[in-house]
Amino acid sequence: MLGYLGRRFSMMLLTLLAVSVLVFVIIQLPPGDYLTSYIAELESQGEMVNKEKIEFLRSQYGLDKSMPEQYLIWVTGLMQGDLGYSFEYSLPVSEVVGDRLWLSMVLNFTTIVFIYLVAFPIGVYSATHQYSWGDHTLTLIGFLGLATPNFLLALILLYLANVYFDTSIGGLMAEQYMNQPWSVDKVLSVLEHLWIPVVVIGTSGTAGMIRRLRANLLDELQKQYVVTGRSKGLPEGKLLMKYPLRMALNPFIADIGNMLPQVVSGSVIVSTVMSLPTTGPMLLNSLQSQDMYLAGSFLMFLALLTVVGMFLSDVLLTVLDPRIRLEGEIAR
Amino acid sequence: MNEPQASMAHYVSNAPFDPFKAEKLTPEQERYYMASQIRMMWWRFRRHKLAVAAAAVILLSYFSILFTEILAPYELHSRNTDYIYAPPQKIHMFHEGSFAGPFVYGLDYKLNMDTLKREYSENLDKVQPIRFLCSGDKYRFWGLFEADFHLVCPAEGGQMFLLGTDRLGRDMASRLLYGGRISLTVGLLGIIISFVLGIVIGGLAGYFGGWVDNVIQRLIEILRSLPELPLWMALSASLPVSWSPILVYLGITIILGLLDWPGLARAVRSKLLALREEDYCAAAKLMGAKPGRIIGRHLLPNFMSHLIASATLSIPSMILGETALSFLGLGLRPPITSWGVLLAEAQNIEAVALYPWLMLPMLPVVITVLGFNFLGDGLRDAADPYD
Repeated sequence: MLGYLGRRFSMMLLTLLAVSVLVFVIIQLPPGDYLTSYIAELESQGEMVNKEKIEFLRSQYGLDKSMPEQYLIWVTGLMQGDLGYSFEYSLPVSEVVGDRLWLSMVLNFTTIVFIYLVAFPIGVYSATHQYSWGDHTLTLIGFLGLATPNFLLALILLYLANVYFDTSIGGLMAEQYMNQPWSVDKVLSVLEHLWIPVVVIGTSGTAGMIRRLRANLLDELQKQYVVTGRSKGLPEGKLLMKYPLRMALNPFIADIGNMLPQVVSGSVIVSTVMSLPTTGPMLLNSLQSQDMYLAGSFLMFLALLTVVGMFLSDVLLTVLDPRIRLEGEIAR
Repeated sequence: MNEPQASMAHYVSNAPFDPFKAEKLTPEQERYYMASQIRMMWWRFRRHKLAVAAAAVILLSYFSILFTEILAPYELHSRNTDYIYAPPQKIHMFHEGSFAGPFVYGLDYKLNMDTLKREYSENLDKVQPIRFLCSGDKYRFWGLFEADFHLVCPAEGGQMFLLGTDRLGRDMASRLLYGGRISLTVGLLGIIISFVLGIVIGGLAGYFGGWVDNVIQRLIEILRSLPELPLWMALSASLPVSWSPILVYLGITIILGLLDWPGLARAVRSKLLALREEDYCAAAKLMGAKPGRIIGRHLLPNFMSHLIASATLSIPSMILGETALSFLGLGLRPPITSWGVLLAEAQNIEAVALYPWLMLPMLPVVITVLGFNFLGDGLRDAADPYD
């Protein structure tokens, strides 16, 4: 068990390392760096460019060094919690992002919880009442949920709220709490606003989860031990809970690996549409203005969310499924 | 009753005897047992009614992008400055109780000074019959030669905006048709790229095993654990601004394909791992066939149908990817027009509240995605007709 977890943990670290290289390469891809576009902007406004100041900035942020050196500076900084410097805002990245990282984590976590809470009862119902009217309706809704991209759903909701309730449902807290220190009221306000983006982001994930849980459970329900149990007079509820449901739950948890990247992707675009104070809108902004440290930090953070999340789900799975534990032992 | 112990008379039937009688097949059985694999797949596929309907819709839409210029009543960029944000017009059949053929009523324009909303009303005096097989806006067919033939056009001097117009007075219906040409092909090109990558990389991993397999497996795990959209965003943001629209279009398809192959590669790998132990594979190896030939000639055809089915299921994610990127302004840029580019105009929620038909490009997106999902489901069921 410990051996398995150890190997899984080092795998996670390796993944993060590879991701950091990938992210660094991506943010270096655009021709030039932030300073060149900064200079171009100044020149287009007819301002004199102070050569010395530019050179100073360049050496200050290590832009004159070779790529591997720049990468090392960036990564060691990341590990010490120094997220780099945002050129656009002229502030350290950690100050620019402020609460955004936390709010992103809260948003994504709540969405996952929402998906499980909704998908579980519906999936079980669909499987135990196969081909009933309820099952057909839920399947249809599920397909629609899968096919409607979440940012379009967000757009439709914004439109409906605007037309019928004459309010804006964007944002993640009431206006008076913005840029205010955290207080109980602010937290309550966030909770009040959180559910709409959570539902929007969670829809497609929930639909997929329902379909998978239904398929898994149907497979289990056809097995002979279920028939045996029923013929021995086990009550239906107990029969369902005791074995088939547990078996069907296994992929349910393993599936978080597929779901997490999806949810994080969804939250990025939905946040942009609904202008939530999370990482999404700012990532878009920083990408457009080539603010590379800011963009890099956001990409790293989002990757961190999924990679660590998958590690945790694997740990959970080893607790639940002895077969994985055993495999770990044997392989060692 | 015979006496006990008395032997029975030896009985020989003199009816003609055919030793193969039990193995003779009725014509129906023959049709069933001798059917080719393709035919059996078709039978299996036909049972899935929704998939057949979806296949029809998708084939029709891909067929239509061949003749977009003819199907669209207007040209992609033609502006009607007098009809900015005009609402969808209804097609009428009867004018004042008498049949007048399909026609639309002309629009009168008034600016609502309170809400600053452009308001149009039908003018019942202006009957504008729709023309069929007519000459209208000039276009360059596939950019090759000039023509002005359309399937339907507005009346001479009249207008026909079946899905309304946008902020420049461009006909939404025509723009949707033109947008389909880009959005639908992005998915196809992307899937071709990811298909090739998936087969080559998955094939290497599955056939050689060992450390090659190990490295590729780790790579797949890493790629699969990353959120796709932020990576797509970062990659497409790094496409140089100076690129021509066509280059950007190709760049986007490559970006979409580059991140999608891990799923396919994984499927190829697991199939190959199982199949390479088969006898016919060993035989081919003994006869001196090279790995490329064994994989391509003997192993791949075994599960090609599965691959095609799962590829069909991942086309929608590409179409959605392009739509999302263009919607955010990181993907395709005007003058290239895709559904995502059209939707980008719907980002302005105040405009959408006044002119809701700006959200219409959602419909083809949802229909296409649903269609591919059903089609993929049906294909997956049909891929293995022997079980």
